[in-house]
Amino acid sequence: MLVGPSGGGKTTAMKMVNRLISITEGDIRIDGTSVRSLNLTDLRRGIGYVIQQVGLFPHLSVGDNIGTVPKLLGWPKKRIHARSEELLELVGLEAADAKRYPGQLSGGQRQRVGLARALAANPPLMLMDEPFGAIDPITRERLQDEFLRLHREIRKTVIFVTHDIDEAIKMGDHIAILHQGGVLAQYDTPDEILANPSSTFVEKFVGADRGLKRLSLRRLRDVELEPASDASADAPRCLPATTLRDALSLMLTEGAHEVVVAGDDGEVTGMLSLQRVSDLLREQVTA
Amino acid sequence: MIHIVAAGPVIPNYGTAHGCIANDNAMFCTTWIREHWHDTLEPALVQHVWLTAIAVGIGFAIAFAFALLAHRFGWLAPTFSAFSAFLYTIPSIALFQLLVPVTGITVTTIEIGLVGYTLLILFSNTLAGLRSVPPEVIEAARGMGLTQFQILRRVELPLAFPAISAGIRIGVVTTISLATVAAYITPYGLGKPIFDGLQINYRTEYVVAGLLAIALALVADGVLVIVQRRLTPWRRATA
Repeated sequence: MLVGPSGGGKTTAMKMVNRLISITEGDIRIDGTSVRSLNLTDLRRGIGYVIQQVGLFPHLSVGDNIGTVPKLLGWPKKRIHARSEELLELVGLEAADAKRYPGQLSGGQRQRVGLARALAANPPLMLMDEPFGAIDPITRERLQDEFLRLHREIRKTVIFVTHDIDEAIKMGDHIAILHQGGVLAQYDTPDEILANPSSTFVEKFVGADRGLKRLSLRRLRDVELEPASDASADAPRCLPATTLRDALSLMLTEGAHEVVVAGDDGEVTGMLSLQRVSDLLREQVTA
Repeated sequence: MIHIVAAGPVIPNYGTAHGCIANDNAMFCTTWIREHWHDTLEPALVQHVWLTAIAVGIGFAIAFAFALLAHRFGWLAPTFSAFSAFLYTIPSIALFQLLVPVTGITVTTIEIGLVGYTLLILFSNTLAGLRSVPPEVIEAARGMGLTQFQILRRVELPLAFPAISAGIRIGVVTTISLATVAAYITPYGLGKPIFDGLQINYRTEYVVAGLLAIALALVADGVLVIVQRRLTPWRRATA
């Protein structure tokens, strides 16, 4: 995750990976191989590339758009066809959409196609430059969730540029916060950055509600709960998949001092008190 | 018995004057059209099609090459634009006349002039088409590892095609009309029966030849529209 205000060089850093911007000093290595030692077209064909404006080819059908890199790599037609149908389903579209043109799609659908196109030749590395930046908030959240699910399935190294710290916290395993002028302000896990911002710049950038943001990183099933026997009878109930942030919000709105955690089957596994939430936030970062 | 009709136009080399040819100076004498289709109108029409096709063909080859270069090297765009605009401003008869001392009273003279007039529109439209390709589309193409040539052939040219073909349509239609003037230099194409008809003041000949030029322009434009639609299926899908 590359995040930071504009002018921090997020996109520049990303574009040096596939050498859309040439490297003047230093080096970038992928699996130990310098990107400068590779042939430019081979390098780029081996890296999935997704940009905010998508950049689908308007004159090609969705299927042909997705098949762009496989075609360059000389795959047989049948395989390209099968692959684009497979990918359309993977990104939540229908195989029949392969025959449509980009002009007939909504913004969210186009970005799904853009993602499918980047995944076409199954590259181990993906570069994503504000991929959900131009999409309405509701669709954006859905695409983020779907991408996280997809990411768990396909396991790729993703370099993701965003100016939205919440998106970075939600999507990233590691976050690099860049300061104006391309200075690296902090590089760490989301939890560590929220718990221990390295400078006032980072502290300001992540926001005064960083405690709450930290809570959204953890779910009830991830933390040690207290015995439910201490809970009051009318305490609200939550599923184990609920984030601590949502659980806290529930306590505040219900005027309760704790929530009871219960699975789908109604079996109570414990409770979380207001005090415990506060204690958890003051604990050292859990690796 | 030989009837000699004193009134009406004198029509040299057109055989016997009879029917509407002899009776009046009609705008549209079908007898004359029928009798002179094969020896006058048809060859002129065929010549005209060739004049236009060759002029637009050569003009497009030149304009296209310079547009590609100008797309790559920006400084060339205003230079070639100014040159082709200058050619375009020269009155046609004057240009043809100026070329005569160089290339003689030949079809070549006509073609050079006609090619010159196509350059401005074909160059401008091709370049505008290439420049209208959205930058993010080019960036995505580069990011996916298309080479410069692949981007040109697979992305830029297809997307520039609607503008290019619009230029070709205008080029064809204007060349068809301009080529009639060229017969002032060399009797060739539909301009020949128009000038002949005007010279002997025989209405049917120049009216029909003029109508043929108009019909040719309309048909050519229609055919090009159909070709353009066939080749750009994505544009209809968008609408």
